[in-house]
Amino acid sequence: MPEDLRTRSYPVGIAGVALEQLERNVADDEAPPLPPNARLSVIGQSTARLNGPAKVTGRATFTVDVKLPGMLHARMLRSVYPHARILSIDTGAAERQPGVRAIHVIEHPLGRAQELPGPGEPGDAHRRVRYVGDPIAALAAVTPKAAQAALERIVVDYQPLPFVIDLEDARRSDAPRVFDRPVRTEFFLGPAPQLPQHGNVHGPDTSASRGDAAAGLRAAELIVTGEFRTQVQTHCCLEPHALVADWRPEGLTVYISTQFTAGIREELAEAFGLPLNRVRVVVDAVGGGFGSKSRIGNYVLAAVELSRKAGAPVRLALDRHEEQIDSGNRPSTVQRIRLGARRDGTLTAVAIEAYGTAGVALGASVGNFAQSIYECAAFALEQSDVFTHAGPGCAMRAPGNVPGAFAYEQVIDELAERVGLDPLTLRERIDASPLRREQRRIGAERFGWSRRQPPGSSPGTLKRGLGMAQSHWPALIQINSSCEVRILRDGSVEVRSSVQDIGTGITTVLAQVVAEELGLSPQDIAVHIGDTDFPAGPPSYGSRTTASITPPARNAAYRALRLLMEVVAPSLGTTAERLIARGGRIGTLDASRSITFREAAAQLRNDQISAVASRSDDYGGFGRRMGDAAVGRMGLGGVQFAEVTVDTETGRVHVERVVAVHDCGRPMNPRQIESQVHGGILQGISYALFEERILDRHTGHMLNPNLEQYKILGARETPAIEVHVLENYQGNSATDAYGIAEPSIIATAPALANALYNAIGVRLRALPMTPAAVLTALGRVPCGSVPP
Amino acid sequence: MLEKTPSDRPDAAQRPEADTVGPHAVPLTLRVNGMTHTLSITPETTLAQALREQLDLTGTKIACDRGACSACTVWLDGAPVCSCMVLALEVGAREVTTIEGLTDREALHPVQAAFIEHDAIQCGFCTPGLIMSCVALLKRTPHPSEHEIRAAISGHLCRCGTYPHVLSAVLAAARTEEA
Ligand code: FES
Ligand code: FES
Repeated sequence: MPEDLRTRSYPVGIAGVALEQLERNVADDEAPPLPPNARLSVIGQSTARLNGPAKVTGRATFTVDVKLPGMLHARMLRSVYPHARILSIDTGAAERQPGVRAIHVIEHPLGRAQELPGPGEPGDAHRRVRYVGDPIAALAAVTPKAAQAALERIVVDYQPLPFVIDLEDARRSDAPRVFDRPVRTEFFLGPAPQLPQHGNVHGPDTSASRGDAAAGLRAAELIVTGEFRTQVQTHCCLEPHALVADWRPEGLTVYISTQFTAGIREELAEAFGLPLNRVRVVVDAVGGGFGSKSRIGNYVLAAVELSRKAGAPVRLALDRHEEQIDSGNRPSTVQRIRLGARRDGTLTAVAIEAYGTAGVALGASVGNFAQSIYECAAFALEQSDVFTHAGPGCAMRAPGNVPGAFAYEQVIDELAERVGLDPLTLRERIDASPLRREQRRIGAERFGWSRRQPPGSSPGTLKRGLGMAQSHWPALIQINSSCEVRILRDGSVEVRSSVQDIGTGITTVLAQVVAEELGLSPQDIAVHIGDTDFPAGPPSYGSRTTASITPPARNAAYRALRLLMEVVAPSLGTTAERLIARGGRIGTLDASRSITFREAAAQLRNDQISAVASRSDDYGGFGRRMGDAAVGRMGLGGVQFAEVTVDTETGRVHVERVVAVHDCGRPMNPRQIESQVHGGILQGISYALFEERILDRHTGHMLNPNLEQYKILGARETPAIEVHVLENYQGNSATDAYGIAEPSIIATAPALANALYNAIGVRLRALPMTPAAVLTALGRVPCGSVPP
Repeated sequence: MLEKTPSDRPDAAQRPEADTVGPHAVPLTLRVNGMTHTLSITPETTLAQALREQLDLTGTKIACDRGACSACTVWLDGAPVCSCMVLALEVGAREVTTIEGLTDREALHPVQAAFIEHDAIQCGFCTPGLIMSCVALLKRTPHPSEHEIRAAISGHLCRCGTYPHVLSAVLAAARTEEA
């Protein structure tokens, strides 16, 4: 064994089920193994949110609240056509408007698929706009009103071009093309071989396939098929996308509502040719992101350009209409699934053909759900993106796996019915995950699964149904995640990282981790995050924040404490290795001598001790690594049970109750975890029953670009929710903790769909499951008289 | 655009003697959180904008700016309203209370404390508005049923999904008040 490695013993398994010790060889400077939560004093407790007081009093500063001296206000001019060539733009009249300080015309927009250079039609000399809302120009003025007035004076000469909004129309070979040339293939994870492109169809991507699905289907004793459709959903962050850009000769500072300060800094440095040390990105509170605030967009570049031109800070915040048409969305999908099985329910083959649209962007995938969750040697997936003249999609909470699970978990239930098995029994046979086995057991018991009646047997007009579905999400880690811990001479402690708290509670979790290590209480720890002047932290997406930043936080605390112990050991008449920090004191292992933490810090020669740590590899190794991201060997799971009532006269579906059983490694703060699981479930219900972006196929305009006609769930639609979280230890890092945001939304829509089927005996295979859809499925409305 | 000053407002006499105001800025007196402010606003300025932009009371949030989400909830004479749907000029002599004025600087209202205790907060953008509605509910109905709480906050949108914890926080705050 190399000198700097040490053999250590870690708890492994599910607490309360089976825990054993596993030996691992880990680096010597890693903090020692943590026992299970039951033996810890801060980690695993529901410490109240440290930024709670700021948030409940209105003192928390969101980006929209940032006000700098001399700040200008920017607005963006957007295309009113779904497809047009811009023959000319005349900004002269706008420039002469009072109060206008800068105008920027957007020439190379981001946030869409990028055409490859090379042969094909000759490059178009004119910029083309490709969706209603496509940004054309931006302008900064002394007040928002002056900016809006001047914007209206910009004259754009459009040459409207044919366009296509409808997914099926766009697939036809004679459909108007969104892109003339092939676009660069982009994958979320892993290498990206260039995919074929015919007309508006980019793909198919077959890279997830394995084994011989055709043979598997031939060998099947029965085949279950289904076609499923999911809609476009918008993120609806309550705080809009917003920033204040402050360009100065000495460098650029950007205050921005973002899920990834360090990533925004890198993107800005590259876009403006600045070294990283001249770009600072800052955020305090973030009013929601859900995937849509992960990267820079056209609005960010525009605000920075305007600030550079005007020599003043520029504020740009999208309004709700802009949020709905141009801040990203969850792409639609159409999924055709064929499942080959034996009579005992085991799978011989899975074949999925999928396509969908992310508008002018790529990313309408069905994720890695079907390929990962159940055992099947033969798996074929062909998925394609279809371009339409619509606003670009982007990642949204569990991208791919949310629509993927909606379809797949229903087909699995159909298979269970065909082979005469209870849905849980079938999953027992085909799901190898020991976690989900335990989750099904706990969930079924708490939920009262045994009350479930045969499909459609519920009497009366108000029918009750019970259903369940499962979740799978990869355990992602951002490997370049760093954190600093400082012990100051007055005994106070600071944690510093650029990681941001978008409402998930990482601020509090960081304080808990450091407090546990230093023997202090979380309230003693000042958490300074959301600023790229601190060591670069991970993004808040992919459910990877906790897994990425808590191990370095603990290691940094451990290393800083070692340094402090070296200093104070002589005064305690011992050596550092024989000291321990607990209960606000540093003392000998036998507790015979001790001093307070504050007294210890007072012995420092300098003003502070500091240690910076970065995310080490998982002790057991990563499953896969791609650039700055890695995938853990074990995925994250979850099982959800839902009880619904369906009014067969009005078609209204009401969710009465949801029981959710999840895992996220070592749970750091159970109440915050519960909050996030509530969020996942409620967004899942909202997606399943209410939400849909509606585009007018004749004009390309969104018909519900607001929050009154775009329906999202409210308090009255909120069911009783019960959350159970397993403690699952793997001995993989200094904290063994993972995220839960995404696993918690994946199973919700299919659990509702399965419950709805159980209630009425008719299966709904399209989202959203509105009253109109339910009545149509029940044959209560003549086919065709209800809008699709 | 507002053309006439509402003459039924008690403060109509305070403003210039004219049938129409604007489009330029006009003086206005607002009573907010127990203080009287004189400001100059253009007539189309909403109360939400006046609070945030002129008085720097940014605890009141704007998310939809058209009455669909209740993030901007403040009280007018103790009754919750969406401040994005009220023109600043319409406020008149009514007392405006914002989240900043809910309690004295240091102390938390029991509802605020319960929001923290029950983790009825995620991103926190909807939170000030929700708290204004929940405190107003407890003033009207000290012991609300869960159903009454749902009704009182049914106009509020919380994209993060804090509703279950909001319900438990308000129920708990109602119990504390009693104690
Ligand atoms: S901002 Fe006023 S109701 Fe939405
Ligand atoms: S806490 Fe984020 S919108 Fe309510």
